[in-house]
Amino acid sequence: MKKSLLTLSALLLASAGMIFSQQINGAGATFPMPIYQKWFQDYNKAHPSVQINYGGGGSGAGISQLTNGTVDFGASDMPMKDDQIAKMKVKPLHFPTVMGAVVLTYNLAGVTSELKFTPETIAGIFMGSIKKWDDPKLAKDNPGVKFPGEEIIPVHRSDASGTTFVFTDYIAKVSPEFKSKVGADTKVAWPAEGLNGQGNPGVAGLVKQTPNSIGYVELIYAIQNKMSYGHVKNSAGTWVKPSLESVTEAASGAAKNMPADFRVSITNAPGKNAYPISSFTWLLIPSQIEDGAKGKIIVEFLKWMLADGQKETTALAYAPLPKEVVAKEEKQIAEIKVGGK
Amino acid sequence: MATAVRVDTPAKKADQAGDQIARLVVLIFAASIVLIAVLIVWVLWYDSAPSRHKLGWSFLTSSQWNPVTEQFGGLPFIFGTVVTSVLALLISVPLGVGSAIFLSELAPRRISDALTFLIELLAAIPSVIYGLLAIFTLVPLMRLYVEPFLRKVLGFLPLFQGIAYGVGTLTAGVILAVMTLPFIISVSRESLLAVPGEQREAALALGSTKWETTWQVVVPYARLGIMGAIFLGLARALGETMAVTMVIGNSTAIHASLFAPGNTIAAVIANEFAEATGDVYQGVLIELGLVLFCLTIILNGLARLMIIATTRKGSKRA
Repeated sequence: MKKSLLTLSALLLASAGMIFSQQINGAGATFPMPIYQKWFQDYNKAHPSVQINYGGGGSGAGISQLTNGTVDFGASDMPMKDDQIAKMKVKPLHFPTVMGAVVLTYNLAGVTSELKFTPETIAGIFMGSIKKWDDPKLAKDNPGVKFPGEEIIPVHRSDASGTTFVFTDYIAKVSPEFKSKVGADTKVAWPAEGLNGQGNPGVAGLVKQTPNSIGYVELIYAIQNKMSYGHVKNSAGTWVKPSLESVTEAASGAAKNMPADFRVSITNAPGKNAYPISSFTWLLIPSQIEDGAKGKIIVEFLKWMLADGQKETTALAYAPLPKEVVAKEEKQIAEIKVGGK
Repeated sequence: MATAVRVDTPAKKADQAGDQIARLVVLIFAASIVLIAVLIVWVLWYDSAPSRHKLGWSFLTSSQWNPVTEQFGGLPFIFGTVVTSVLALLISVPLGVGSAIFLSELAPRRISDALTFLIELLAAIPSVIYGLLAIFTLVPLMRLYVEPFLRKVLGFLPLFQGIAYGVGTLTAGVILAVMTLPFIISVSRESLLAVPGEQREAALALGSTKWETTWQVVVPYARLGIMGAIFLGLARALGETMAVTMVIGNSTAIHASLFAPGNTIAAVIANEFAEATGDVYQGVLIELGLVLFCLTIILNGLARLMIIATTRKGSKRA
C-alpha cells in the first residue's frame, strides 16, 4: 500500500515536473530519510532545474529497486553483499553519507542514572545468559545502582531493519558465540525471546510500557525523544556516552583501515572515545550511468553533498563524516562513468 | 433473475435491448470480481515459487524462523492467526449477539437506531488508531489487572501462566474482539429486525414469555444472518494487521500461554516485507499470503457447511 502510494505520488510529481526539470529517483533506507529529504530540497533550491525524489522503503527495497533498474540510485544502512552485487548489471559504488548509532534504552523502576554496559553484558542480555537485572556482572559495572531482582525483558525490532543489522553486527564482533549462533542481519532469530516492536517508535513504546525491559533504538530517535540511554565500554576500554562526536570519532578510527569500496562496518571501531555501536549509511550509485544528463547531475550532487551537505547534518542530529572519509569519497566520484561507452 | 416474466410485444423491443446491455454490463462487473480473485491466487502462486520449490510442504509444519540461515517455517504465524481470531470471536460473539438482541428486541426503536449509528461509526475507525488505544490503555490494564487476575484464578491451566507482559496473544485477541464487534452487532441486528412480526406474535399467542419468544423463535429464525455476521467478523480478525502487530509482541515462537508474545501471518508480512532481501525470503512471505488466502477459503467453506447443516435442522423443526 505504502509503496504503491509512494510510486503514485512519485508519478504525479514526475508528470508535473517533467516539463521543466530533470528528474532523479532514488529509494532505500529510512534511517537517513530526514537528512536526504532536506538535502534534495536544498539542492533543488540551489539548482531549480534538478528534482531528486527519494522514496524510502527500507534498505532491502533500495537494493532490489536499484538491481531492477527502477530507480537511479539506492540507499542502504548495510553494505551490499558480494552475491547482491553479482546480480547487478552495473557495479554499484558505495558512498557513505552520514553516520548513525544504536543505543540501549531501558525501563527500570527507581533507576534514573544512565546505566553502563560492557560488550559482555550486552551479549549476555541478548543471548539470554544474563537473565535477571540483579546479575552480579551488571552490578559490578554499575556501583551504587539498586537493580530489581526481576527478569530482563529484551525488546527487539519486529521489522527487518538496518538498526538491527548494526546492533547484531556489533554483538557478533564482540561475542563469538553470538556470531556462530545468531549472526548479523537486518532480522535475526533472537535467542533471548522477548517482545518485538515495529520501527523505532514501536520499540521505544514497548520499552516505555514494559517494566524491566531493555531495547535498542537509533541514537537520533533517542535524542529527539529525550530518552535516557546506556553508556558502552568501547574497544579501548573507555565508557562512552553515545553522541554525535563519539560517533564521528568511531568513523575516524575506522578510516585508517577503510577498504577502497567503503563496504565496511565501523562497529567496535578503535579510538579512545569512539562509540562502538556506530555505522555509516550509504548511497548506492551505479558506476556507469548511460543517461548523460542524469549522470552529470548525480556527480554534481555527490560533490555538493560532501561539501555543503555535510554542514547540515548536525542540525538534524546526524553525525557528519570525518575529513579523511570525505577526501577518499571525493576520489571515488571520478570512478563514475557518465554516458554510454 | 431467470424467473422474470418476459412480455414480447414489439413496443417493448427497445426496452429489451436496454435489458440486454444492462445484463452484459453487470455480467462483466461480476466476472471481473471472479477474475480479480483468480489473479490474486495466480500472482501469489507464481511469486511464491522460489520458496515453494526450496521448502516444500515442510514450510507448513516447521516453526523455525531465521532469515539469516534462510530457515523458514510458517507454523507460528498460522497458529497465531488462528488463535487470535478464535479468541476474538469467543469474546465478541456473545457480546455482539447479546447487544444485537437488546437493540432489536428490547430497546425502543429510537434509542436502538441512535446506538446502532454509533456502533457503525466504530467500524470506520482506522485500525492503527485501535492499535494506539490498545498500546496506551489496554496493554497496561492487561498487565496490571487482567493477566494477574487470570493467573491467580485459572493459573493451573497452561493457558494462563508465565510473565504478564501486557503485550501478547491475549491482548491481540481482545483488541480484535473490539474491532469485530461493530460488524457482528450491526449485521445481527439487521437480520433480527428482518424476522416477521407474525413469528413473534404467534409465539406470544402460544403463551411464550418475551424471552422464550426471543431465544426460541426470533434468534433461530435469524440464524443465517447472525452466522453471516460472525463470519464477517472472523474475516476481519484473520486479516487485521496494524492493530495486531502493535500489541502482539511479534515473537516467532509457539507458546501454550496466552500471555506470551506471538505473531500472525498479516503481521509478519507487514513487518518483514520491505526489507526482505533474497528470492526465498520474499517468496516465503508471499507464500504466507497464499496460506492466509487458503485459510480464509477453508474457514468460509466451513461456515457454509455449518449454515447448510443448521438450516436443515431448522426447517425440520419448522
